[in-house]
Amino acid sequence: MNLKNFKIDLKNKKRLIPQVLTISFIIFVIAYFSYNAQINMGNRGISFGYGFLSQEASFDITFSMIDYDGSYSYGRAFLVGLLNTLLVSIIGIILCTVLGVTIGIGRLSQNYLIAKAAEWYVEIFRNIPLLLQIFFWYYGALRLLPLPENAISFSDISYLTIKGWYVPKFIWTNFSIFLSSVVVSIFAIFYVFNYAKKQREEIGKHVPAGFISLGIIIILPMITFLVGGVSLNFQYPELNQLSDTVYNFKGGVSIIPELISLALALSMYTATFVAENVRAGIEGVGKGQKEAAASIGLTRGQILKLVVMPQALRIIIPPTTNQYLNLTKNSSLAAAIAYPDIVLVFAGTALMQTGRAIEIISITMGTYLFLSLTISVLMNSYNKKMAIKEK
Amino acid sequence: MIKSIKTWILVGFASLLLVACGQSGGGAGSKKSKTLENTKKAGFVKCGVSQGLPGFSNADASGNWTGIDVDVCRAVAAAVLGDADKVKYTPLSAKERFTALTSGEIDVLARNTTWTLSRDADIGLTFVGVNFYDGQGFMVRKNSGINSVSDFKNGISACTNTGTTTELNMRDFFNSKNISYEPIAFEKADEVVQAYDAGRCDTYTTDKSGLAAQRTKMSNPDEHKVLPETISKEPLGPVVRQGDAVWEDIVRWSLNTMIEAEEYGINSSNASSLKDSENPAIKRLVGSEGELGAAFGLDNEWSLRIIEQVGNYGESYKKHIADTGILPNRGPNQLWTKGGILYVPPAR
Repeated sequence: MNLKNFKIDLKNKKRLIPQVLTISFIIFVIAYFSYNAQINMGNRGISFGYGFLSQEASFDITFSMIDYDGSYSYGRAFLVGLLNTLLVSIIGIILCTVLGVTIGIGRLSQNYLIAKAAEWYVEIFRNIPLLLQIFFWYYGALRLLPLPENAISFSDISYLTIKGWYVPKFIWTNFSIFLSSVVVSIFAIFYVFNYAKKQREEIGKHVPAGFISLGIIIILPMITFLVGGVSLNFQYPELNQLSDTVYNFKGGVSIIPELISLALALSMYTATFVAENVRAGIEGVGKGQKEAAASIGLTRGQILKLVVMPQALRIIIPPTTNQYLNLTKNSSLAAAIAYPDIVLVFAGTALMQTGRAIEIISITMGTYLFLSLTISVLMNSYNKKMAIKEK
Repeated sequence: MIKSIKTWILVGFASLLLVACGQSGGGAGSKKSKTLENTKKAGFVKCGVSQGLPGFSNADASGNWTGIDVDVCRAVAAAVLGDADKVKYTPLSAKERFTALTSGEIDVLARNTTWTLSRDADIGLTFVGVNFYDGQGFMVRKNSGINSVSDFKNGISACTNTGTTTELNMRDFFNSKNISYEPIAFEKADEVVQAYDAGRCDTYTTDKSGLAAQRTKMSNPDEHKVLPETISKEPLGPVVRQGDAVWEDIVRWSLNTMIEAEEYGINSSNASSLKDSENPAIKRLVGSEGELGAAFGLDNEWSLRIIEQVGNYGESYKKHIADTGILPNRGPNQLWTKGGILYVPPAR
């Protein structure tokens, strides 16, 4: 398709000149900057190269989802940072969507109290800078939590302390059997939904796909517990004394306060924008649509599900994609509160230890670009699916 | 199609030409000392310091910087510009410091920076000397019952600064002791202090001088103590960019002058009266004999100005580190003649 456009352009040479000029200007700028950097680095005795990625990192990281300690390479440290960025972004995106949709619908509520509360929420959290909200949660709220010996206990299985939130650890036997049963259930559910759709469209028969799916996802994994040799035990965190006054919790999983405050701040801030998108989307559906739907006897739930939401989503998705992108990029503020994301670990510690500023910053920028483009692509494809299909 | 290929070749050629032009125009010749010239032109020394470490570089309420690191910059300004106050301070985080120096934002980095092989050799920097011999230690709460590093147990959480040698030493130390630990690394020293003070971590580790200095910032300094062990060598010193040998020498010998002046008993109050001293070494330092300054393109009284305006190393240490209660005992930072390890080459 590009080639075709190009040929059309060739017919009109006047239009070609500015394009050639633009391209050569861009090439010139890139060439000049890289050349300039090369000369200056040469003058200052700084070498350039990505070989350092395979060198031993020799620093530890608080929190990692994959095996890591200082004996791994800088490349591995990069991966740890990237996964931590992804973790906080995914948690943030899920929380902000749930919160945003709830508040967005809440703003349209007939109930005065709910509508006002939702409005106040949006106005307050939208208008305070994100960094301050992160500081509020980290230095304000979470720093007030008690030391481990005085932990806030949730029925003795989970504890909240200044050092983090300790939750029970899942100890699986034959986890792979359980996992495959879940995968099989998901495939089965897809099949059931397709079958139900076919039945409805071809012979107009209603198949209760929802109930059948619920049954599949509960029963199938349960069978693996009964006959597949799968079992699940919990390891509860226990208070552990390190010295006279120093305690921590042993066993269980520790969710560090840095992650909690970052995820909270990111999702509560972004939720305000999502809420506004949701409100705009629902209000954007013509009143006549709802009235028409009501006039043919659809229930309120059906109106929302079948008439309002499909149209509202078209308005909601594109700006919400932007919010997801913003959230992901804003997660780089993690560096301010010692959450080991890619910026703190890689563009921070690794940059310092190696001194390779240009290489590391270029990798980090490339990574964020890649993340953002991936989210864009995913959301665009969802948007296309939701768009009006002309038949 | 053929036409389009032609255009692309043309574009490619044009851009190549542009790059070639850039190449012929960009070569930077190295002059005698560009940094010295630029400093004289600007009228101030561009000095990178910490974001606030009492005793080393710390700004008071009215924005005046003091400390032994600051005194290195003041000495350079006195030598080069004739006035120790002609310094522009740039507070830098541990992460920013080297980039600021290599990019030319500052010309001297005097920011309690540890001299290591990789920093010296790999990233375009040159360490000119040591103005403080330090070592890494641990701070804990007094009531914790931890009296030495051998009391540390698995699961201890340790706060420190990101992008420092302490982060690496900490790992070496805990690994060698086979202790699992939780490292929490903050960007700013104040954030580390706050986290430790609030109880987020059980121990705070950094250079011992730093621990002593930061202890004064805790909500109740008396509740904390520094453990006796030192787990690393941390020679702290000023740094310059690689590639300007003259500037490097100026900074090195400004520092050396302060130390040597103490060795010969020259201080800010007696310096000018020692011009007629019997001792030729003293006469050289106060500028009444020899032509030492000429080697860097400075006048002959450069070292006298350093001693008069900034003082000798002992005066600087006493004023900033001892009298402020940070480390009253000079320890290794005593002259070699008095049992320490401060030993500088002779100025002659």
